[in-house]
Amino acid sequence: MNNPVLNVKAVEKDFGGIRALDDVDLVVHNKEIVALIGPNGAGKTTFFNCITGIYTPTGGDVLIDPTAEGNPRRINGKKPNVVTELGMARTFQNIRLFPSMTALENVMIGTHCRTKSAVWGAISRNKATRREEQAVIDRSYELLKLVGLEKYVNDLATNMPYGKQRRLEIARALATDPFLLLLDEPAAGMNPQETLDLERLIVDIRDQFSISIMLIEHDMKMVMSMSDRIYVLDYGRMIADGTPREIAENPAVIKAYLGESDD
Amino acid sequence: MVQFFLTAGCDSVGHAVRKSLLAAAWFVFLTFPLMVIKVNTIENTVVWRWENMGYVAVSIFLGSFVWRWLLARKELKEDNANEETSAEKLLTKVQSHPVLKYSALAVVALLAGLYPQVFDLYQTNIMISCLVYIVLGLGLNIVVGLAGLLDLGYVAFYAVGAYAYALCNMHWDIGFWYMLPVGGVLGTILGVMLGFPVLRLRGDYLAIVTLGFGEIIRLILENWGDVTMGPSGISNIDRPALFGVKLGITDSTIYMYYIMIGLLVFTIFCVNRLQNSRIGRAWLALREDEIACQAMGIDKVKTKLLAFALGASWAGMAGVVFAAKTTFINPASFTFWESAIILSIVVIGGMGSIRGVIAGAIILILVPEYLRDFAEFRMLLFGAIMVLVMVFRPQGLISAKRKIYKYNDTNTAGAANE
Repeated sequence: MNNPVLNVKAVEKDFGGIRALDDVDLVVHNKEIVALIGPNGAGKTTFFNCITGIYTPTGGDVLIDPTAEGNPRRINGKKPNVVTELGMARTFQNIRLFPSMTALENVMIGTHCRTKSAVWGAISRNKATRREEQAVIDRSYELLKLVGLEKYVNDLATNMPYGKQRRLEIARALATDPFLLLLDEPAAGMNPQETLDLERLIVDIRDQFSISIMLIEHDMKMVMSMSDRIYVLDYGRMIADGTPREIAENPAVIKAYLGESDD
Repeated sequence: MVQFFLTAGCDSVGHAVRKSLLAAAWFVFLTFPLMVIKVNTIENTVVWRWENMGYVAVSIFLGSFVWRWLLARKELKEDNANEETSAEKLLTKVQSHPVLKYSALAVVALLAGLYPQVFDLYQTNIMISCLVYIVLGLGLNIVVGLAGLLDLGYVAFYAVGAYAYALCNMHWDIGFWYMLPVGGVLGTILGVMLGFPVLRLRGDYLAIVTLGFGEIIRLILENWGDVTMGPSGISNIDRPALFGVKLGITDSTIYMYYIMIGLLVFTIFCVNRLQNSRIGRAWLALREDEIACQAMGIDKVKTKLLAFALGASWAGMAGVVFAAKTTFINPASFTFWESAIILSIVVIGGMGSIRGVIAGAIILILVPEYLRDFAEFRMLLFGAIMVLVMVFRPQGLISAKRKIYKYNDTNTAGAANE
């Protein structure tokens, strides 16, 4: 049995008197695609923010084990940049690109924590810096090509079509060399064809980079067809988890989504 | 064409005329005390200059048509906002062509080199202070333009550099060339010291704290009389000596000019390389979106401190030069007004653009100098220029352009299939 790369145990998050997350457990294994679904306001994005360091959980443990070798490490309260350095990269529900930088530069930013040239290197432009810079550029271009954005290399991110911006965010997150990619509603605002292409891309990324992917998504067709396992969150509680088939037949999930009839 | 000019921004010609009449009446009212009433203090009589009222009314009436026309034209252009202006196109063209680029650089270098030979001492002095402001602008550009941290107390670092040289020179007779790097280092240290407490602040809050910081430094200089000589300042600061030889006023001014040119070239070289480096990109990312920047693995604390420190180091060096140039400093040289001017240079020139900052400094420093002939209207015209730039070029005179990186396409076949 392989060890989980991400193991979340009994995580809680309070905002004042409101409990946004209550005793949430979640496990992601190596090379798995895990979906987190739930009605609006269920706490999905809060959960993402808690495990990526944007919020500090009020209680519980967030454990990561990038190599899946069975020596997990607790990352509660670590800063977002440290979490990213440790190998969890995310995208945002409302796109957060760097609008007045080019597509290539956006991806290059992602490589920041994996490179190390500093002030002296930047001013002297010595051999090591030049080599590193070229490697960064080439790798970023490769990633842009992977997500199908080679046409937009030198376009400002703000001028790109919406769907392409979502793809650029994925490329940027990939540039940080993650073991787990967290996608917050990657298909939001996409038409059916774009969603289908995106689904293919995500599965491709998983196979090509051998990484795990966890995504929040509302598009049930996409979630059902691509996920290995699904977690369902409602009012901050994990109400169900299992394979897509199990989830589709789970009465608690149906109740959360459709409500219960009175009679 | 005429129709567009007359009705720009209005429904009809009648509407336009009504609007212009209203504007004219309003300006007549506003300028009434200034333009019409004149008190003759010798004879204790009031002179009514009614003819001025007519001039104001007519010029505002006609001027408002031009104003609306300019605004409407700008609005039409805004649809393709990414379009470069003709000046920017020319610059890009010159830059992309190596022969043109180097010949243009050579011409600029020649002009800069000959300047003190051609013009007199007064002009050279003005140019030195302009160069000092360009360096200050480029330093602040790192903090404000690249990293997006609104710093209103930048003059504090400038003051520290100047006082460091003045005091060390007075007490221990330490020379200019030793103090130039020391001034830079002191600026850096102070930059980090300011940076630490304001790491959590953003936008307006950061502006207020840095504004306070600038005032604190000025007040210390003013009130710590034992050390800083208080408001009376420090005089008789040594000018830089050329290989140990003390120069006369003319020669040392010219020498100072070349030192400043050297410092400027060094600054442009460093800032240019920094802004297109891994660190420069991190600064930009921080400016664009702080949360996304952190989520992409950039250490916010380190990046911010680095921006403050590097920005301040140039202010420290510029301060040393300033003290050596004027040979006299007092706290009055380091008021908030200076910070505001340096910030205006960056904003009007174009945030994050080196060429923009140079253009901004030339306009904001040289224009008021040459407007001295207009005496009391000087600052009025200065303000008018600032307003005009902000209305018609809100992104700055020369906006920053992103670098085009050259990538190696390892798999060209894949790209060709697209």
